[in-house]
Amino acid sequence: MVADVGYGALVITFLLCFYGIGAAIYGVKKKEQSWVESARHAMLLSLPLLTISALSIINLLVTDQFQVAYVASVTNRSMPTYLRVTALWGGQEGSLILWVWLLSAFASAVMLRDWKRDREFLPWVIIVCLVTLGFFLILIIFVENPFAKMWITETGERVTSIFQPGGSEPFIPVDGNGLNPLLRHPGMIYHPPMLYLGFVSFVIPFAFAIASLVTGRTDDRWIRITRRWTLWAWLFLAIGLILGARWAYDVLGWGGYWGWDAVEIAALMPWLAATPFLHSVMIQEKRGMFKHWNMFLIILTYDLMIFGTFLTRSGVLSSVHAFAQSAIGPLFFAFIVLTLGTSLWLLSRRWQDLKSETRITSLLSRESMFLINNWLFMGILVVSFWGVIFPLLTEALGIVGDTFPSLSHIFTGQKVTVGPIYYERATGPLLAGLLFLMGVAPLSAWRASTARTLGRAIWKPFAVSLVVLVIIIGGGIRHPGALLAFWLCAFVTVVTLYEFWRGMAARRRRSGENYGLALWRLAARNRRRYGGYIIHLGVVLMALGIIGIEIFQTETQGTIAIGKQMSLGEYSFTFDKLDEFDTRDGRNVARAEISVFKNGEFVETLAPRRDFYYESGQRMTIPGLRSTIEDDFYVLLVSWEPISAENATFKAFHNPLVNWLWFGAIIFILGTFVAAWPEREKQYMPIKTDQSIATAST
Amino acid sequence: MKLKLPLVIVFLLLLTLTGTSIASAQDPGPEPTPSEDEVNRIAKNLYCPVCENIPLDVCESAACAQWRDQIREKLVEGWTEEQIYDYFVVQYGERVLAEPPRRGLNWLIYIVPPIALLAGGVLLYRLLRKSTRSTPEENVASTGKVKPESTPQDDKYTSLLEEELKKRQ
Repeated sequence: MVADVGYGALVITFLLCFYGIGAAIYGVKKKEQSWVESARHAMLLSLPLLTISALSIINLLVTDQFQVAYVASVTNRSMPTYLRVTALWGGQEGSLILWVWLLSAFASAVMLRDWKRDREFLPWVIIVCLVTLGFFLILIIFVENPFAKMWITETGERVTSIFQPGGSEPFIPVDGNGLNPLLRHPGMIYHPPMLYLGFVSFVIPFAFAIASLVTGRTDDRWIRITRRWTLWAWLFLAIGLILGARWAYDVLGWGGYWGWDAVEIAALMPWLAATPFLHSVMIQEKRGMFKHWNMFLIILTYDLMIFGTFLTRSGVLSSVHAFAQSAIGPLFFAFIVLTLGTSLWLLSRRWQDLKSETRITSLLSRESMFLINNWLFMGILVVSFWGVIFPLLTEALGIVGDTFPSLSHIFTGQKVTVGPIYYERATGPLLAGLLFLMGVAPLSAWRASTARTLGRAIWKPFAVSLVVLVIIIGGGIRHPGALLAFWLCAFVTVVTLYEFWRGMAARRRRSGENYGLALWRLAARNRRRYGGYIIHLGVVLMALGIIGIEIFQTETQGTIAIGKQMSLGEYSFTFDKLDEFDTRDGRNVARAEISVFKNGEFVETLAPRRDFYYESGQRMTIPGLRSTIEDDFYVLLVSWEPISAENATFKAFHNPLVNWLWFGAIIFILGTFVAAWPEREKQYMPIKTDQSIATAST
Repeated sequence: MKLKLPLVIVFLLLLTLTGTSIASAQDPGPEPTPSEDEVNRIAKNLYCPVCENIPLDVCESAACAQWRDQIREKLVEGWTEEQIYDYFVVQYGERVLAEPPRRGLNWLIYIVPPIALLAGGVLLYRLLRKSTRSTPEENVASTGKVKPESTPQDDKYTSLLEEELKKRQ
């Protein structure tokens, strides 16, 4: 019954999408606002309908309705209620429901804004949102239906279908499979919704961009409307990525947080397109340039977001052959081709209207720095995209070898692995380049910057950063890559703090405010600029953590008896004891206790453990972790002697500086809050007519 | 692991019994030779042939434990690192390598990104050159001169900043 209500709500929403698209188009054609209004109401109505649908699933999940295949696949009787609720995004079908619900919620929020100044955008924003929503509803209703139930036919066959097949009996399993234990970690409970929040919110700026292309209102209005929105989307995506990284570090048991896995990259790619977008829209706002490019970037972000969902949801990553087996892959593929093609076609139609109003006048100006930033980000994006796609290509191109045997030695159809080495080697220099730009760009001026003016601005921070470098060398670090990276971090930090200082001192001298108040007011008056700087500082701190793990991580593995010791660098630990026991929630836990010593002195007792989930047969390795601002000591229990428990194998990692990654992430998030917090809409002074502002603002 | 360990031990015993005579060189002493770190160093660069994108050194499946034991075996037999990689490629295909070997179609993975980056760089450079070369006169004409105030030379900067802040109030 509940399942039927939920399913019915989905179907009605789907029909509503058709109606809304039709009404909006008709309204535009006939110039009748009432039809557009009706389309707007259709968009608004989708939210309560999808809410009913989502609540229906949650109801099924918490009430043990195991006849529903999705419920049986992600819950069981022993799971606590909060986990059953979050099981909404524990599997494919449910997470698609979350996806459409979020889209509907965001689109509805946009519908409620004041459209007085942007009437012409409204129908097109509705159309883009409804087309996207409709596509995902097709996936849910026809391919991945979370409300489908299980039935036993007369021949004893078990089928999954929304309607009862003739002559069949309901099949109700005694218990469900339960949520994958790896997904029961808090990081995994918050990570998918955050990621989806980020993914889905990018639909909105894209919709405005398309509206601007279609209507021919190609000034930067669409950017001004969606600027904050884009920042929030970008933030949620970043939080999703960071939570995912933390989850990997805590649960996956390989001593790191980012493995350049295709699923991770799928989520990273929209972020890699959105970040240069956030930078380069500033050039358009200030100087009226690169309108084509900004359009292209937001289109790219949108389609990479769809592509990311496609990669993780179609099964194409495990094998391209899975792509053909389910309809979901081809559907996604068709949708990406369609949206990308249409968007680029619209862009080409408006090419003339989007000509730059001004030109770049200096190679060292802020706008050219932003362009170089865009270029480096695109470089990282190409590396990532190609690394993900290439194994799929080699596998898919096997068909050429099969068709033309003479070419089969080239097109073997063998899948290859593109591991972290490839990505690290290729992205390392690009990331270093980005750090360098973060140091130089804030000191360059809009429009006119010469080597001399830039040099004069930069020499002081540069000199201070060299002093820091000397101190680091004095500290005994000799690795050239690490020295370069640390120097870059120091340089960016000094420049950024110097920028704060300059602004603060200037205010203070003028107004006589004390330093704290001057800083506060300065940041409050120009939040995007100073929020951006705080984000930069967060990135530098995160870079410290990355450098620590990439360059200085060490590891060792060994089997030791109780009472014996193992060591790694300054650290050593003794194996004190090992207990094996069953828990009430169906786990077998093997928990070792070790005493950790640093330079021979006892510091902490850790308990690395291994959980074995009886029902799913899955294992989870939870590290024993000693975490300080200096380094992490991360110990895994790899294996042990059963029964006697006298010997055990441990793997220990020494991860210097890694905590700065998480700390930096918090600063990063705070900075984005500063930059994105809503304020009343205001008209900025156009820079073109008053150059003085150009030199003093971002 | 709990149940699989005895199996692995039996497997190892079988290997040592039925294997080549060199296998008997394995010392059953307390310190296994080669060390687990040496095995991991090689396992790190090999990917589990049946799982998805997991290197052998962290893979927890029983099959991977056996593959790690194979690496140990080979090291005991005096195989070099390269020989072990080759052996795994012959047995399980190129996907066990952390990176595609540089030959044939695989070259594409290494050359496409640099070419794309270079092409983007050239494009960007030409755009900037074209743009900057044709403007200085216009610029001077419209504003009198190209202002050098972008320097943080304090007082000018201060006044500009204050001006701007005032305008925004």
